[in-house]
Parts: sequence; structure tokens; C-alpha cells
Amino acid sequence: MRCGVIVFPGSNCEHDTVHALTTVLGQSADLVWHEETSLSSYDCVVLPGGFAHGDHLRAGAIARFSPVMAAVERFAAGGGLVWGICNGFQVLVEAGLLPGAMLQNAGLRFVCRWIHVRVESVSTPFTNGITTGAILRMPIAHHEGSYFVGAATLAAMERGGQIVLRYCDSDGRVTDVANPNGSVASIAGVCNRDGNVFGLMPHPERCAEPILGGTDGRRLFDAVANARVPSLAGR
Amino acid sequence: MRAAERSAAAEAGLTELEYDRICQALEREPNRLELGMFGVLWSEHCSYKHSKPLLRRLPTAGAHVLQGPGENAGAVDVGDGLVAVMKIESHNHPSAVEPYQGAATGVGGILRDIFTMGARPIALMDALCFGDPRSSRTGYLLNEVVSGIAGYGNCVGVPTVGGSIAFDSSYTGNPLVNVLCLGLARKGRLLSSRASGPGNPVMLVGSETGRDGIAGASFASAQLTQESESQRPAVQVGNPFLQKLLIEACLEVAGDPDVVAMQDLGAAGLTGAATEMVARGECGIEIDVQLVPRRATGMSASEVMRSESQERMLLVLTRGSEERIQRVFDRWGLRSSVIGRITDDGLVRVREGTALVAELPARFLSGGAPGYEGPGTGSHTPAVPPIGRGLVPRRDFGRAQGPALRPQGGRVDSNQMLLNLLGSPNLSSRRAVYEQYDHMVQTNTVVPPGQGAAVLRLKGSTKGLALGLGIGGAACADDPWLGGALAVAEACRNVACAGGRPVALTDCLNFGDPERDVVWAALNGVVDGMREACLALDVPIISGNVSLYNETEGEPIIPTPIVGALGVIANVECHGRAAFAEGQSIWLLGGGSGAPLDLDLERRLQQCVIELVESGATPTAADVAEGGLAVALGELALASGIGAVCSGSWIENEARWEDVLFGEAPSRIIIASPRERDGDVEVAAARWSVPLTRLGLTGGDQVRIGDLISVSLDEAFDRWSRGLERVGDK
Repeated sequence: MRCGVIVFPGSNCEHDTVHALTTVLGQSADLVWHEETSLSSYDCVVLPGGFAHGDHLRAGAIARFSPVMAAVERFAAGGGLVWGICNGFQVLVEAGLLPGAMLQNAGLRFVCRWIHVRVESVSTPFTNGITTGAILRMPIAHHEGSYFVGAATLAAMERGGQIVLRYCDSDGRVTDVANPNGSVASIAGVCNRDGNVFGLMPHPERCAEPILGGTDGRRLFDAVANARVPSLAGR
Repeated sequence: MRAAERSAAAEAGLTELEYDRICQALEREPNRLELGMFGVLWSEHCSYKHSKPLLRRLPTAGAHVLQGPGENAGAVDVGDGLVAVMKIESHNHPSAVEPYQGAATGVGGILRDIFTMGARPIALMDALCFGDPRSSRTGYLLNEVVSGIAGYGNCVGVPTVGGSIAFDSSYTGNPLVNVLCLGLARKGRLLSSRASGPGNPVMLVGSETGRDGIAGASFASAQLTQESESQRPAVQVGNPFLQKLLIEACLEVAGDPDVVAMQDLGAAGLTGAATEMVARGECGIEIDVQLVPRRATGMSASEVMRSESQERMLLVLTRGSEERIQRVFDRWGLRSSVIGRITDDGLVRVREGTALVAELPARFLSGGAPGYEGPGTGSHTPAVPPIGRGLVPRRDFGRAQGPALRPQGGRVDSNQMLLNLLGSPNLSSRRAVYEQYDHMVQTNTVVPPGQGAAVLRLKGSTKGLALGLGIGGAACADDPWLGGALAVAEACRNVACAGGRPVALTDCLNFGDPERDVVWAALNGVVDGMREACLALDVPIISGNVSLYNETEGEPIIPTPIVGALGVIANVECHGRAAFAEGQSIWLLGGGSGAPLDLDLERRLQQCVIELVESGATPTAADVAEGGLAVALGELALASGIGAVCSGSWIENEARWEDVLFGEAPSRIIIASPRERDGDVEVAAARWSVPLTRLGLTGGDQVRIGDLISVSLDEAFDRWSRGLERVGDK
């Protein structure tokens, strides 16, 4: 698996993501500058966490206009795996590659803590091999992570298996108390209709090694590493 | 001295004595611009004129020290080809007037001190002191300061891995915001701020220069008054996104042989950066202010030279490399301009186009401020007490509670006392604060905030780093020598509890007006106490900062040395944290209540706990600090959700339960070991001749201590977790 990790001005989790992909998982990963216009040498493209372009205006609102995003769009259309983590999720939403919008946390404050999510869909390349209903413990760290989508779209996403992760308590119960940011339907991660574009607010790269207090994030990385991806050569 | 000169000197923050000295040295009168440059550089904040002689008493050398005081930050070799760079700095006065930006730019400033050395910032910590917790102003300052730290630190992607918050009414009008930053560099790759090479171009990078923070250094060196509110323009405004770009771009060029020197623009702005670089490098500089990009129109040369606009760096490059280096900054979207060149005549020369507007000797400008030996005429002989001097155990546990909760007469039962303490503003959970900080970014955080010293892993190494704080405060008010020694001992003890061998300290001395006898005496006492503790524990101070004139309406703050300690953990897998695990034996290591401050005992205690943690025998270790033994046990239980059952058999005098449970004394650590390692604990304590008391076992959902304490974890958690919510509630 060859991964490209996009670096926007203001990204700050790109090195963490490369470390998890390479040192921890033994995959190959490059940093890709946001002015790059071709992603043809990769199987998977990761948009990492951070504050792309300072999150000025709105998280992800300026990053969607970075030159690389046209290439990301083509890459996704061709079936390549596109993975947005935290700020990367916000960018994908702003770019329209994932449905919905991101609002400020219900508490109006930045929140950094460990939370639990329940795996709702295992038919994506990012959750393949995990069982439905599995509970993952992962950290979140964001200020604008309250996922919002209208009722009709939400119903369609539910039907289409696009709700991938929901915030829950340690026993897997989806409750308001366990929802750290007020996301609609406790949504923590969604995918597009084809399942090859995935965004989540928690940080799997922060929990892929025992020394960091948890390894559940590794299950997502393992799924990606084992995913079968179409050959994208020449795209 | 004519009235006009006197008023110009006073306006620049200079005394008549200083003005005369300048005229003598220059053999002429300085012009307004020059006077302004002296004003900012000879401010207390920049010149350390009151503290320099005192600071020389502090030990700064050590086997691992690569850079002591004198550069932007100190550096120590931590092994495996890695160098740790560390410094703490205050941003007290800006935070009093404009708390969000004051705190944010405090973070920004200390970050630049670290990456200007060529080190990547890997961790931040903040020591915050606020006034009466009942005051609504305190609630406002707390919220804004925390938001400012979060807003800046989170955006630049440097984790805030710990800190401390204390309340005391002396800080009501003058809160303290001290920020510590730790950086990491490859050995041999540290960058200097010493300018050299006549003819070399000088490049200004980053933000445009504006009218914000004009003469902030002088503002920081005067007492706060009711008029200070009107000095908001002296407070800078931060742009963390620009800073993030600066970090990446500067670290990209830091290893380039064409980058001769780098210096951030902090206090005293361009004047400070240019003067320090050439004074250190023993050369000269010529700057044309017309080449400085500006964000405001019509700025005078004086405004340009004294502006403290944030997120700016000054670089000295080799001739001919300008365009190549500039391309790196261009790629990061940063503006860079050549604004002058290095000369060999030892002068700081400022031009405005073709006109020469200032010409001053760099060494005199940088280091010519007269030193002060304190108030009065006689020299202050420091009373250096011998090691092992007795300490009166602190029994006024009411202080730890904060004024709001001091019991109003009548007997309070021991359970209620513990709950009151755990729920008090000074001791309650800080989760509501540290959850606003990204404390995990960079994926090195092994022990997060709230569990003792922070522990960081080092990627590519089996070692770890521990970072802890020691705060003077209340103890210094009673006995400065003792308070200074305790602050050093506490910082090192915290790091030792994590399994880290202390290798370096950084300190910030926060005091009132040094020209008051009481403040000067306290400053002397604290420094002497710190010195003794550093010598006894064999750890040098590699960097630091002094913040004086912390007063409001004529009342000084309590003397507050804040010490940051860095420890090296031999194997990061074996570290200690302040949280229980199930089925552990609980021990008290060290002297009981009433023990003297015995610095040799302190040294042996720390060695003993480091050895126990390193061997894996005690993965749980915590300093017994404010609120004494009962509070320490409560905090260990609350951090883990695992209770403790302690027999009372070790209590010698139950009638003095307040002392036993809540008395504060140094050199005490609670450790907990898996039961099969009990023997190791006993052997280590005996070998280091450290008193050891078996307290009980972990487990259950209560904290129990003999017949004295029986508190449910649920009830304690409820009080502890909501203590900060009440700050600002009258």
C-alpha cells in the first residue's frame, strides 16, 4: 500500500500519520505538498489533522481550494481510497466529497479527550475486518466537530451504510452524554456512497501503539493496509 | 538635566542616572529614536538589571549541558544523538490587561525561543496564578488565559502536556502566566543567534511590522496601575497560523550552512533582536527601516524599531544565498525581506533610506544598563542556611483550600475536610482546563496531564523525557530561602516520580518591585534557596526569566519562583504516574509530617524512587504536596478510579489528625507496587536510607485511612471534578 499524506499549510498531524503508517504498520507513505497536482503514484491518500490555512473563515473552507484538491477529487472518482482525519474530514466535507457540514462543538470549546465509537458499517475498506458493533476507544481533539446533515440526507446515508462510526459509551450505548460535540445522530465518521472516501473526527494515529495508551486506531490502519484497491496507475 | 530631556528619558522608561550614563558613553545626547532603543533594551525585562548579580549565584554548568543561560534557550544532551532545548518565560503584564492575547502571545514567544535554536518544539506547559477564586475578575481571567493558550498551542500543533493553576489573593490584579517550552534537536544541529560575517545580509521573515506591542518590554517592566487598561496597544496580537508556517520554514532552513544565525523578535522587537545578535557575535549591523514591510502606514523609525509585532524572525545569511533561502519562505507563504547587513564596527546603525537616524555601540546598548544591588546602601549578605536546616511543618492547611473554603470556626470532621480540600479551587481536578488543550498531538504523550509529571516518548529511542513543575508561592512568603529550595526540590521530585533523572531546570522568578526591601530580601532568599537545592540535587539551571514589578496598586505578589524540571527516563516503558492500579501495596516513602527539609534526604529519596520506577517495581509514584497525605491518596484514587484502604496502624498520634492527614512537609512520595514487588521496595528504601511506611492496599470504591477517613470515590469525584466551576462565583 502506497500512501500519500497531504500537507496543507497549517496541517499538524502529517508526521504523526506518516509515523503510524510507516514505523508502526510498515507501509510506505510520503508527504504530499498541497500544490501537487497528481496523486497517481498512490493507493491511498490521507488528509491529516491540523488547522489547514489556519481554519480561517471555517475549518477546511480555504483548504478545499488548494491545488491538490482537484487531484483528490479525480483520485476519489477513480476509486482510490481517500481518508480524512479530523481536519481532513472537515476539508472533505467542505470539498463536497463527503455529505454534511461541520459546526462548532456544542460546548463551544476545543475538546481533547479519549472517547468511544461504535462501528456501524464494516462494508468500507477502512473498517473491513472489524465486526459491526465493535467499540473502539480513540482520542478526539477538535473545536469544530459537530457533524450536521439534514434529515433526508441522513436517512439516505443510514440506508446506504454511510454512517461508519457513532460516539458511544464504553458499553456501546449511543447516548447524549457520550456525544462529545453534539453531532447529529452521534455521528463520528461517515463515508461516501461508494465507500472509498471516509472521514472521521477521532484520531486513529494517536492510538496505534501501546505506549500511547491504546491500540484501537490500529484496527482502522490494518483494514486500510489490507484493502484491495483498483490499480490507479496512469490516473 | 533640562526638563525636556528629563521628560523624554522618563517617557522612554529610563532614570536620570541611566540617561547620564548614556550621554557619557556616547559623548553626546541621544536622539529620540536612540533614547527609545535604550528604553526598551534597558528595561528590566530585557536587561535583568536588578536580577543579574543574583542570577550569577545559580549553578548553570553540568555534564550534559550544551548551552546554559545566554542564548534564546538552554540545551542538554539527552543521549541517543538527541538534544533537549528548554526555557520558561513570563507573560504576566500583557495577560493582566488583555488575557487572551497576553497568554496566546506568551505561548508564541516561548515557542520562537525554542525553534530559533533549530529545535522542534515538542511540548508546552503553563504555570498560572490567579487571584481570589471568588472574584468574577478571576473567573474571567482564568477563562480567557486558558482560551488564549488553547487557541495558540492547539493551532501550532505543539501539545500542552501539563501545567499548574494556583489561586492566592495577592495575584488578584496581577495574574501570572508562565509558559514553558521543550524542544528537540539532533545533536550538532543547534543553531546560534551570534551574528557574524561583515557584509552578510540580514533578513526579516514573517509578519509585517505594525503598531501593536510598541515598547511592550517597558510596559512589562513597570507596575500595573488602573491606567494599565489603557495600555492595551502595548499588548501584541498573535497569529498562530503564521507561527506554524514560521516553525516549519525556519526548521527547514535551520540546518542549511548558509544560515549563519537566527533570532526571534520578541521583547524590544527589531531593536532587541538586532542588538542581541551582533552583541553576541561581536560585530555590527546596519538596518534600513524603509526596507521593513509594514502593516500600518506612516510608522516612524522609532515605531518600527520598537514594535513587538509577533511572528517575526531575523536571519543572518551568507552573501549570495538570499534568493535560495527566500524560495523556502516563499513556498511556505511567508514574506521575507533583506533589511540590512552585518558590519564589523560594533555599531547598531539605523537608516531611513539615505538618512542615518541612529548609531549606537551594540555592546553598550545591549549590556550597558547599570546593575542594581538592591535598595539601601549596604550590601545584602545572603543568609545561606546549612543543608538540613529545620522546617516547621505547615499546619495551615486552610491555605491550600483557598480563602473561600477556610472553615469558619468549630470542628470540621476529617471526611468533610478531605472533601473540602479535594473540591477547593487550588486542589480540584484540572480536567476542564487541560481538555481544552491538545495534549496528544505529535503522538509522544505517554503520561497525559493530571497524572503527575508529563512523560514523552522519543521516537527512534527507547528513552523518554519527564517534564515537571515546582511552584514557590505560599512557602516563599513565609520563608524565601525555604520556598526557593522547595520549588527546585518539588520540580525534581515530580520528575523523579515519573522515573526521570533530573538533568536540567529552567526557572521564572516572579516578584514585586525589587526596590522594596522586602521584595529584594525575598528575591535574594529565594535565589539562595534554589542554589542550595540545585547543588544538593546536582542539577543545573540552563535557562530562565525574571519578571519583576508584579504588583497592583502598590501591593506586591507573594514571591513566586516557578521551576520546570526535565528528566531523562532510561526506558520509557518503565515510567511512573500518579494513578493507582488494582491490587497494589501503598507505601509512604520519605519523612513523615514534621520532618525538616533535609536536602540530602531529598536527594536519596529521589534516587530511591527513580530506581524503583526504572526497575518496574513501582509504576505508581506521586509527590505529597498541598493538602498532605490524605489529599495525595485521594488524588491517586481519583486519577484512576481505584480506591485505597489504609490501616491506621502507622499513625502515632491520632489526636493530631489534622497534621497526620493534611500537614504539608517536603521529601514525601506515595508509591504503589504490585504485591510481588514488596520486597524490592523494602530493599531499595533500606539501601538509600529512606524511611518507608506501609500504608495499605489499592482497591475498592472508597478512600479509607484507619478510623479517620472513609470517603466514597463517587462523592469525592463529584466534589473534585467541579472545583474549578466555582471559580468566579461570588
